[in-house]
Amino acid sequence: MSLADKDRIFTNLYGYQPWNLKAAQARGDWDNTKALLALGQDKIIEEIKASGLRGRGGAGFPTGMKWSFMPKESKDGRPSFLVINADESEPGSCKDREIIRHDPHKLIEGALVAGFAMRARAAYIYIRGEYIREAETLMAAVQEAYDAGLLGKNAAKSGYDFDVFVHRGAGAYICGEETAMIESIEGKKGQPRLKPPFPAGAGLYGCPTTVNNVESIAVAPTILRRGAAWFSNFGRDNNKGTKLFQISGHVNKPCVVEEAMSIPFSELIEKHCGGIRGGRDNLLAVIPGGSSVPLVPAAEIWDAPMDFDGLRAVGSGLGTAAVIVMDKSTDIVRAISRLSYFYKHESCGQCTPCREGTGWMWRVMERLRTGDADLAEIDMLWDVTKQVEGHTICALGDAAAWPIQGLIRHFRPELEKRIAENVREAAE
Amino acid sequence: MADRHLEPDTPELRARWGNFAFNAAWDAKAKAAIARYPAGRQRSAVMALLDFAQRQVGEETQTQGWLPIPVMEYVAKYLDMPIIRVVEVASFYTMYNLVPVGRFHVQVCGTTPCMLRGSDDILAACKKRGMHKGHTTDDGLWTLTEVECMGNCASAPMVQINDDNYEDLTPERLDAVLDALAAGKTPKAGTQEPGRHTVEPLGGPTTLTAMVDSNHDYRKEW
Repeated sequence: MSLADKDRIFTNLYGYQPWNLKAAQARGDWDNTKALLALGQDKIIEEIKASGLRGRGGAGFPTGMKWSFMPKESKDGRPSFLVINADESEPGSCKDREIIRHDPHKLIEGALVAGFAMRARAAYIYIRGEYIREAETLMAAVQEAYDAGLLGKNAAKSGYDFDVFVHRGAGAYICGEETAMIESIEGKKGQPRLKPPFPAGAGLYGCPTTVNNVESIAVAPTILRRGAAWFSNFGRDNNKGTKLFQISGHVNKPCVVEEAMSIPFSELIEKHCGGIRGGRDNLLAVIPGGSSVPLVPAAEIWDAPMDFDGLRAVGSGLGTAAVIVMDKSTDIVRAISRLSYFYKHESCGQCTPCREGTGWMWRVMERLRTGDADLAEIDMLWDVTKQVEGHTICALGDAAAWPIQGLIRHFRPELEKRIAENVREAAE
Repeated sequence: MADRHLEPDTPELRARWGNFAFNAAWDAKAKAAIARYPAGRQRSAVMALLDFAQRQVGEETQTQGWLPIPVMEYVAKYLDMPIIRVVEVASFYTMYNLVPVGRFHVQVCGTTPCMLRGSDDILAACKKRGMHKGHTTDDGLWTLTEVECMGNCASAPMVQINDDNYEDLTPERLDAVLDALAAGKTPKAGTQEPGRHTVEPLGGPTTLTAMVDSNHDYRKEW
């Protein structure tokens, strides 16, 4: 079953129409938001739980459950905060940018609804520093909402006071990690915190905090308007809803598109991207969920359902649904080595296995690229990725390890071939 | 971070920047930024204030600006925080320039999604025009930096120059953008692919076609 346009949430995804409040309202945003809040906190959370919405930022944690972890009342006077993660920096990911610059009011209305449901006093939207024009749009949209009485005191005439603030980052991938983001909003280096305490207990300024991805928040009002049953109508069990897919790399027509979860890879590519460059037989491998997930070879990805479980079954993950397609012209070792460089560049330097390991792994990857290595170093590199993985405060170390593990798992003969060629050339 | 360094704190630097203060426009923005955070949490505004300071330095030097130590000291004093905490932030986040840059900061994305779509050619085209990674050209016009994923992957390869993105580049399209900038013109930002609007599939969207010509309200079809 194909997703119909009427069931797409982000109708102005491509920005053919204005982003402003008037145009957004004509499309259905901010339509009697008061009635949504009148459902009450518990009912909103129940509905989001029932919809099956799982976090759209990569980890896929059930959104409604996350909201339910927030305290129902403040026993010591501390306020609660909602932090919205718009620090979209995962290589391949480019969906939140489209929401922010073309449909910002979906996000802002979602902030009010979600903030109300978790009894937060305010939301901070943390937008990556490089999204300069996007931040201008977002700030202007927030101001529009204030001017129209939709935010601030008695927001949308609901009787609830709620503020939305925009916080701009300044170029650090690690701030997409929720506790690093909190540190950054507090005006510090973005270095992740040890958990526990979890943010829902002690987050921003030591207050209960929930961090959600832009897309998770922006879909909430539509889910409430159309009902949990509508949203859970799409996708397989445990993988419900619609999702923004971002397809980059070697397809004929790279694009961002909203589709039903669990759409097969082949259908996504053929229907929206004009197929693989050079045809299906020219496909080499796909990184289906952003740079942090392992690559999947062509034969295994073709029929895979694009959802959390379907991609886990092929040894990878949905991540942010950032689909990086590589055809047979790709230097696959270089493609992964470039990601290793990325993680080396973005390691915050706090944990030794990651700070030292990312640089180490990148240097070995660069030698494997040219074949200037020993056969035994392939296994040694594998061991090192295993020593980094799981031994750091946050998941950046894991994210640096997984792409390399995927490469070794699926392209070991290629690595061995390059080493053999290098040895032969040296002998001649 | 190891490849970044602070500009030495010399008497000349002090003489030039020791009296730095926000002008009225940036001062108003700084006060508005501080007001976004709870009372006593003004330190949260350090990222915004460093950005504003860098931009004012840019205006004063006709460049994209940078952060001399005395300017960081001014921000520290403004927010009542220790200077080292400001330096930590300035040196951690890559968008703060710790050394002077040119009038145009050409930031070419080189991460895998852009690499697959030809960012090597984009970097080569920059080099052909006399730019070198990490350097500013002698005429002070161009600073070239290879940056990590900028989140424009569906319209790759891309370059961010000052505050605007130029996407779907080829060496020829990049040359056209750079020529226009050098001539003092304002080239169209966004995708440089003729006929493409933003990130829809080239040739027209496969979904939401009713939105192309009118602000369609799909609720009637629910």
